[in-house]
Amino acid sequence: METSLNYTIWILILPFAAFVLNGLLSKRLPNQVASAISIISILIAAALSYYLAFVYFTDIGKAAETFMAIKAFDQTWLRFTESLQIKIGFLVDPISIMMLIVVTTVSSLVFIYSIGYMKGEKGYNRFFAFLSLFSFSMMGLVVATNLFQMYIFWELVGVSSFLLIGYYYDKPSAVSASKKAFIVTRFADLGFLLGILLLSYYGNSFDFLEISSDNGAAVSQMGGITFMGMSVLSWALLLVFTGGAGKSAMFPLHIWLPDAMEGPTPVSALIHAATMVVAGVYLVARMFTVYSFGAPDVLEIVAIIGAFSALFAAVIACTQFDIKRVLAFSTMSQIGYMMMALGVSGYAAEGLGFTASMFHLFTHAFFKALLFLGAGAIIHSVHTNDIREMGGLRKYLPISHITFLIACLAISGIPPFAGFFSKDEILAAAQMHGMIYFGVGYLVAGLTAFYMFRLYFMVFWNKNQPAESKVHESPSVMTIPLIILALGSIFAGFVPFGNLITTNGQVLETEFHVSLAAATVGIALVGIVVSYLFYAKPSDRPERIAKSLGGFYRTVYQKFYFDEIYLFITQRIIFGIFSAFIAWFDRNIVDGTINAIGWLTAWISSRIKGLQSGQVQQYAYVFLGGVLIIGLVFFYYWMR
Amino acid sequence: MIKGIPFEHIMIFSTLLFFIGVYGFLTRKNLITILISIELILNAVNINFVAVNVYLYPEALEGHFFALFIIAIAAAEAAVAIAIFINLYRNIRSINIEKVNEMKN
Repeated sequence: METSLNYTIWILILPFAAFVLNGLLSKRLPNQVASAISIISILIAAALSYYLAFVYFTDIGKAAETFMAIKAFDQTWLRFTESLQIKIGFLVDPISIMMLIVVTTVSSLVFIYSIGYMKGEKGYNRFFAFLSLFSFSMMGLVVATNLFQMYIFWELVGVSSFLLIGYYYDKPSAVSASKKAFIVTRFADLGFLLGILLLSYYGNSFDFLEISSDNGAAVSQMGGITFMGMSVLSWALLLVFTGGAGKSAMFPLHIWLPDAMEGPTPVSALIHAATMVVAGVYLVARMFTVYSFGAPDVLEIVAIIGAFSALFAAVIACTQFDIKRVLAFSTMSQIGYMMMALGVSGYAAEGLGFTASMFHLFTHAFFKALLFLGAGAIIHSVHTNDIREMGGLRKYLPISHITFLIACLAISGIPPFAGFFSKDEILAAAQMHGMIYFGVGYLVAGLTAFYMFRLYFMVFWNKNQPAESKVHESPSVMTIPLIILALGSIFAGFVPFGNLITTNGQVLETEFHVSLAAATVGIALVGIVVSYLFYAKPSDRPERIAKSLGGFYRTVYQKFYFDEIYLFITQRIIFGIFSAFIAWFDRNIVDGTINAIGWLTAWISSRIKGLQSGQVQQYAYVFLGGVLIIGLVFFYYWMR
Repeated sequence: MIKGIPFEHIMIFSTLLFFIGVYGFLTRKNLITILISIELILNAVNINFVAVNVYLYPEALEGHFFALFIIAIAAAEAAVAIAIFINLYRNIRSINIEKVNEMKN
């Protein structure tokens, strides 16, 4: 690396500086200045990221037809012993650059959009400070050179999401949602931490490049040690994946995601498109070499959980009426897709799933950010989240309408929009691995098209708004980011990902399967047509279908009662039985012992405090008496 | 030795002096009288030191030195004690020992 990459540190420093400045001076700065600081810093970071990407992919990245991983810098931060050192660094390789581009682009647009969306809100400056912190943490996460740095920024992402979801801290539902998000992800992070400790204990390194060098040789000796029928390496990687599943809202740990919609809409866009939820996918992708060579069994679990989450969330999304919740479940579904693609991927020439997963992450960031920002513009205009109260908005919100339509087409996988290409690759990878994954993916593709167009038709078509409606388009500071993202959703699919991002850095030949593409487009069209029949005009068909499904519909509508199950487990079983006993033990035995000791001391001293008369001569009498007694005792023993 | 005074007489004298001091310490209420009683006790000890030195170890001098040190320290102690009494008198208008129980609580 001849070219100096020292400037890359500014990509991290600028958003952090914006956070510190806005956070410390939030009371003093005028609103325009605060938002300008955040936006300018993220724009410069974005420009640097684009420059870095350009330099990397055209010049410094390639050596012997392979994209290398370069450490821009790697500074020792904590030095415990010779072998145990924690470093903070900046790793430059294809996936970290791809993530930097995604994070900075989406963040910039979300920041700009927030000027309009958050206008006049209480705590405007605080909001921008937290947004900067969020972007900073996510970028620190993606450029981490080692597991520990990643863990630190991972937790920072958790904290900043907590702060932003609970932005309306005077609203009880927002507070409980932020607590839920934090506790659930934190619970999963426990697994991540255990995984890191296991990996570093046996592998003697935190460093990503060292762990995955020589196809994971450093940790492969862990394969020999087994615990409960699985190798320690598998356990460690499974635990790491648990952390990733928590952040990415994979199946059993997904419950925080719908509630996270309590935050302001730009935050939802940021969480769902660029930061937070893709962190789990990125984590697995970052460790992919180790997964692939060390523990293919864990990779199978990743695929199963991903596929199940995709299906599970897609089914729920079909029944929800809150526009943001539908989008939240669609995110979960798409993240499930990415996880599944990683899970079914092989290495090198079979690495299509990996490329497809990263590709889908990239395109998904654009259209999901667009969907959320569009939803924000709609909510901003009609002041409700319930899609049953919307309808006929296409005349009032022309720009939001067109961009939302583009995003829906993109997520449904209609060519030539971005989602088509990435989804096609994912399905191709799934097909190579096993028909069951392909079947689930195929079904989910149809469901995705159905629920996205259900949303689209119910919001923009269906019944008409009352004539006196004052709904109007959002200010241009909100619509311009929508237009830019719409352009991204159209063109992001044409990026030749197979040439840029692969498992081993070498070019991956991707074929275009006409029959597969036709089949996926076909099912997407079926989904669209069905939702057109159901929702384009006011009709009672959806009601009747829901009725005929009866109990199943209600179960799905209640999200399979997962919140209730968790509540039952935590409230009844953990709080009710274990905690109640522990609380009883603490109050009565532990506290009781301490209180008894205190009470006894107080009682004894109250009895004997009369002896302290304050009369010196009384003390002298006692002293003299003592001396006499001791003297007599000595005298007695000496005389014997 | 000292003009034919027997050792026992000196011992009896110092013992009497000591217990007179102790008695005064225990019964007097005036702080200055109590201080004088303490001086009696100290002087009883001094007499013992000197007498024991002279009668039992005539060639040694440690007993004398001890007596001198005790006199010096007693003087310092008396100065400090009287300073305390003066301050006490200024504060509570009394040097009766039974009134000096402020630190009890």
